[in-house]
Amino acid sequence: MSQPASVPFVASLGDAALPASGIAWLDALRREHLAAFAVAGLPDTRMEAWKYTALRALGQRRYANGDAQAATRAIDMAAFALPGVDGPRLVFVNGVFRADLSALDALPAGLTLQPLVQALRQDAEPLRFALSRHEPERGDAFVRLNAALAADGVVLKVAPGAKIAAPVHLVFLGAPADGELAWHLRHVIELGEGAELALVEHHAAAGEQQHLGTLVGDITLRDGAVLRHVLFQQAATGSSLIRHSRLQLGARAQAMLHVLELGGALVRHDLRVELVGDGARLDTRGVFMPHGRQHIDTQLAIRHQGLNTTSDSVWRGVADQRGRGVFRGAILVAPGADGSDASLSNKNLLLSGQAEIDTKPELEIYADEVKAAHGATVGQLDERALFYLRSRGIPLVEARALLTGAFCRAVLDDLPNAALREHLTGLLAVELPA
Amino acid sequence: MLKIENLHARVAGKDILKGLSLTVNPGEVHAIMGPNGAGKSTLGNVLSGRDGYEVTAGSVTYDGIDLLALEPEARAAAGVFLAFQYPVEIPGVNNTYFLRAALNAQRKARGEKELDSMQFLKLVREKLKVMQISDELLHRAVNEGFSGGEKKRNEIFQMAVLEPKLAILDETDSGLDIDALKQVAQGVNALRSPERSFLVITHYQRLLDYIEPDFVHVLAGGRIVESGDKTLALKLEEHGYAWVREHGEPAGATA
Repeated sequence: MSQPASVPFVASLGDAALPASGIAWLDALRREHLAAFAVAGLPDTRMEAWKYTALRALGQRRYANGDAQAATRAIDMAAFALPGVDGPRLVFVNGVFRADLSALDALPAGLTLQPLVQALRQDAEPLRFALSRHEPERGDAFVRLNAALAADGVVLKVAPGAKIAAPVHLVFLGAPADGELAWHLRHVIELGEGAELALVEHHAAAGEQQHLGTLVGDITLRDGAVLRHVLFQQAATGSSLIRHSRLQLGARAQAMLHVLELGGALVRHDLRVELVGDGARLDTRGVFMPHGRQHIDTQLAIRHQGLNTTSDSVWRGVADQRGRGVFRGAILVAPGADGSDASLSNKNLLLSGQAEIDTKPELEIYADEVKAAHGATVGQLDERALFYLRSRGIPLVEARALLTGAFCRAVLDDLPNAALREHLTGLLAVELPA
Repeated sequence: MLKIENLHARVAGKDILKGLSLTVNPGEVHAIMGPNGAGKSTLGNVLSGRDGYEVTAGSVTYDGIDLLALEPEARAAAGVFLAFQYPVEIPGVNNTYFLRAALNAQRKARGEKELDSMQFLKLVREKLKVMQISDELLHRAVNEGFSGGEKKRNEIFQMAVLEPKLAILDETDSGLDIDALKQVAQGVNALRSPERSFLVITHYQRLLDYIEPDFVHVLAGGRIVESGDKTLALKLEEHGYAWVREHGEPAGATA
């Protein structure tokens, strides 16, 4: 896009009022990022990373930045209640922290959980490194926009050795407002050596709206830390959600990630994992289900860097009606990462002739003694199985839902939180369009 | 209960059934025998409503209704059951869950009350006993990793739970050793009743040693060419299907 300023999206946000922190380095950084965003504008499909996700329609939209009324919007707590998830909670409505909806009293020993604004006010220095890092992907338009305009976010720390059993619930709600809003959040999460944490990142809707949310998060696992992370996205079907997550694992650290992408109109998640320490292990399980006119794009990039690191990823995509799914699963085994064991499978199901899924496996290996398995398929429901179910009396619509649910089940089977697993498994069946 | 008249059907543009007629009364067991390619499995598939089978002429009346006008699930709810020649593996769908969904869907379609999980488990336990099936099969995904014999026994078990009025057994004996064959036959015999009819489709006479038919029909060239009692099966065993071709004139068999 040659003239970013003429693109309504860039024009509407490119000169948004910057949040003022009163912290010189941070305010300077925000100015810098906003200027860079206004000059560079949005990426187009000629860029490899955005090849299957066109931003033309988004570019034509104008957003008001931030929600001045967010603090007073009436929210029904049922909008984000989840079985099996009743630990500490941090709730944001249209990007604004809501203490009244959060549960931050009596946090377990070893857990620090607070809004970024509050953490910055207390002591900004420990966050300086995370917030000012410049990396290749930070050239991304949305990361820039987020770095400029995210006033708040989540700061979560688990002290070395602390084991936080009750899942921490991070809730990001979109609530109806007068117009279309853009909101931005920035997270910094760190688990100390040997720490353990169960985390539920939850994107939900408190009513239909067409807002844009951007979220950028860093998660660092020190040596021997264990993270069980559920990412459950059920945003309003008209809304857009663009997220960048970066997960770094130290020696023997383990992360288990379960992802369920159900909602949103334009949804993108760049998930970059670095297995830095020796013996680090990553398991990802994910399912995305675009229907209607939803577009759901997941970009998973795993970098094996330490010795004897393991990654195992199982993803399922189900697209119906005019839904469009995009999945990139890229594994890179860096020089010296000997003994790496990487496997990634992405199977996809098209339930309608107009649905589309683009899956792109990538594998680059620069080390020795590496085990790597990699596969992607796109197919349709098994007609023989459908007939078998119908011949036993199960109506077509139900038979389709049953088979589609079964197709996705592998993704949730090993989710340790039984109550949550049951709830989400049930949702898969309900969410299925007939 | 079942009246098939002058049934013509084609698959992939090829005429397979060419004027098949057959009447089955309540409680009767009819064996359909015939050489490969005679149209035996086509008959089972047409009756149960599988896609891809085009009926070009004739009619099938079941309990006074036009069976061919019904969707497969409606046929099932009306009491038609097909035991598949090749039962389908369905990974990720638990056998018990599947069976309860099927039974309740049928009950719902018939305006009956659905069974809750306690009632269903009670029913399943009774049927397991009759069928002499280990409940271990119940906890697995539908047919996934089942041996040939387990798959066929699972079909008969489903039949026991769903209690159809018309059961069509499509080469249920194929691929079974003699012990498995006996078990399957025992299961079928336990389900025989004055209200329930069976259409036993088979290539070999062997199965009929254990499931004794009231009538035996020979299907060849898409028509029933010979009908008789169980002794017909023995004649076939002795003389082979070639004998029928020489000997038999097409006879729209009415039992």
